[in-house]
Amino acid sequence: MKMFAGRAGGWHWLVLFAGLFFPALPRAETVSIAVAANFTAPAKKLAELFSQESGHQTRDSFASTGKLYSQIHNGAPYAVLLAADAETPVRLAEEGLANGGSRFTYALGKLVLWSAKSGYVDTQGSCLQQGNFAHLAIADPKLAPYGRAAQQSLQALGLYERLQAKLVQGENIAQTQQFVASGNAELGFVSLSQLLRDGQLIAGSAWIIPEHLYQEIRQDAILLHNGQANPAATAWLAFLRSDKAHSVIRSFGYGT
Amino acid sequence: MLSADDLLAIRLTLQLAMVTTFFLLLLGIPLAWWLARSRRRYKGAVAAVVALPLVLPPTVLGFYLLILMGPQGWLGQLTQTLGLGLLPFTFPGLVIASCLYSLPFVVQPIQNAFESIGDKPLEAAATLRASPWDAFVTVALPLAKPAIVTAAILGFAHTVGEFGVVLMMGGNIPGVTRVISVQIYSHVEAMEYAQAHWLAGGLLLFSFVVLLLLQRFRPDKSFC
Repeated sequence: MKMFAGRAGGWHWLVLFAGLFFPALPRAETVSIAVAANFTAPAKKLAELFSQESGHQTRDSFASTGKLYSQIHNGAPYAVLLAADAETPVRLAEEGLANGGSRFTYALGKLVLWSAKSGYVDTQGSCLQQGNFAHLAIADPKLAPYGRAAQQSLQALGLYERLQAKLVQGENIAQTQQFVASGNAELGFVSLSQLLRDGQLIAGSAWIIPEHLYQEIRQDAILLHNGQANPAATAWLAFLRSDKAHSVIRSFGYGT
Repeated sequence: MLSADDLLAIRLTLQLAMVTTFFLLLLGIPLAWWLARSRRRYKGAVAAVVALPLVLPPTVLGFYLLILMGPQGWLGQLTQTLGLGLLPFTFPGLVIASCLYSLPFVVQPIQNAFESIGDKPLEAAATLRASPWDAFVTVALPLAKPAIVTAAILGFAHTVGEFGVVLMMGGNIPGVTRVISVQIYSHVEAMEYAQAHWLAGGLLLFSFVVLLLLQRFRPDKSFC
């Protein structure tokens, strides 16, 4: 018994000894971030740069904005949300789950008409007018901002009614891309960020939809209540607004 | 309450489940008979393939079907040469996918029933000069009837609850491929929780009633 107590005392010494050194180091925190699925690739790149710069670590969870919303609503421990739209952050702030003053647009989505076949989509989009295809894939306009933008563009071009019977819907923008990539749909509306690798189109042919045809796809970030006491969360949001972060975001096909 | 879209999804789901169950019985009964009676060496491999959907995530099945049925896949090339077009985003495409997805739920109960009949009743039929076909229809099928009913109910219910496969290759077209489970998912994602509850609660009740019904067809009551 006595020996055991003596040993425990020895460990206390060690802990105290270590305690003398650690407060002197900058405190590295971990910040949990909920990221809209379409921003996966740039978020990973940004997380790397952020931890190099600040010493903080990020832990990213990727899902559709709707899913992230219901997770946050049910107590998920995220500190920051990077949404795919502007409405969800506003809604969270109204419900008292996020800090409304911290909201800002971190990226602007760009809509693209894309086919896996090269030379199929021309730069004027006249293949849409001709309609020589069986299926046109879009993301579900009810769920995905890019789906809504696709619907608006078709309406602005006066083609929505005519092409409605040919529309197939992906649950999100990644699945929509899969329909087109596998050739089951000849063409579809996806986001430019899915098609760019190092500034180059990965495959097929594409038409970047003129921005006046659809309502801006604003992707907003917001500080959640869970993250308010976490210095790493505020540091991450500040980093996201920096020029360095902006150039990364642009290289992935977003506007800033 | 239920919207017009919800009702359309319910009708489509029931249609899909009925057509699928019909083809599953048509295909599953002979397959179960073969699995129960055959002594071929590759029987084990066939049984394993039939059981695959039990362990594979439905998204894997849906993903491979999407590729297989696409313009580069051999099934897609076959349907195109036959002038049938491509199968993804169509009702027949969903029927094929659902048949694969629910196959073990239909084949396995029937196979078990056929196996438990054993050789004796069939040998007895043969001594009475029944042809193998005769013995199958007048002896084996009636003895396996409770298992066939169980299999049909399971196949039907499992198809009603199908989600991942349809999501992967359906394309969410109202009245063609937008089934109940996809509709529920879409309601939840769009944060329309009230509407989601109506459909989800209905599906829960339906599943419970089906499982309750199954208790009446327990094989131990049928033959001993």
